[in-house]
Amino acid sequence: MEITVRGLWTLVHGMGFGALYLLACSGALIELWRYAAGNRAEPTERDEKLLRWWLMAMAALAWLTVLTGTYVIYPWYRAAPPAGTVNLAAYPQRLLISSASTRGWHTIGMEWKEHVAWLTPIAITMAAVVFNKYRRSLRGQPELRAAVLSFVAISFLAAGIAGFFGAMLNKHASTEGGATIRMMGADQP
Amino acid sequence: MNVQTTEAEEAQAIVDAKQSRIPNGSGAAAILSAGFGCFAVALLAFIADKSTAIKSMMIVYKPTGPLSGVTTLAIAVWLVCWLVLELRWRQREVAMKKISLIGVGLLLLSVLLTFPPIVDLL
Repeated sequence: MEITVRGLWTLVHGMGFGALYLLACSGALIELWRYAAGNRAEPTERDEKLLRWWLMAMAALAWLTVLTGTYVIYPWYRAAPPAGTVNLAAYPQRLLISSASTRGWHTIGMEWKEHVAWLTPIAITMAAVVFNKYRRSLRGQPELRAAVLSFVAISFLAAGIAGFFGAMLNKHASTEGGATIRMMGADQP
Repeated sequence: MNVQTTEAEEAQAIVDAKQSRIPNGSGAAAILSAGFGCFAVALLAFIADKSTAIKSMMIVYKPTGPLSGVTTLAIAVWLVCWLVLELRWRQREVAMKKISLIGVGLLLLSVLLTFPPIVDLL
């Protein structure tokens, strides 16, 4: 069982930071909704602290996701092959563009993903800061609360779009290369 | 036991009273600047897509290409807007409904404006 360094980074970016963000986001949406619901008992100090840390962790995950994506993996994705290269397996963008059946994964998928993903850290950082400042007084500010909830929901949508296209791009032209890391040995047949 | 509970409740009431007095200006500044920051990502990406000269100007880290400049500049726009609005509004009550609608509207518009088929239509 082996994985290349580029494959490992892609795994950390997508399955580590990105997928964890999406999981955390669904939880945050429910908790923010419940926190603000008028028919619920007053949130305790512990509930409030948990949600504060939860949102801050989500902001950290969102930043880690876009920064690793943009500055570690994307350069490998868009690298130009030397003239005369026939095997484009190590050049995912060129591999996708080379066939009409896969071109759209780059021209629509990657072109959308690379920009829409950046809306997520901005939106969730705002939500974390506002929640940290207002805490339970957010219950008495319905418009502010609704805006925070909307930003978190749209950040979930943006991260979902980026995650979906990330998975599909990796399926059609995975970012592979670099040193190989042997994770587990197998018996010889 | 009852005395302790009452003291705890009073302390909580003081905390609540303090928190309930936080003006909505800071929240509004955060929301509107986040909307501007997100819209800056979409708008700069759009401009870079339409102009080769601006596309070249956006390359601040060559391996990443124009995306590096688009996002760096958008983050700068967001943070500067946030700082300016925070300084102006932090002690004030502002028209939260209108600002929220503008902030959320800009965010939704950003999602649409980053979608390549829409960019191609414009």
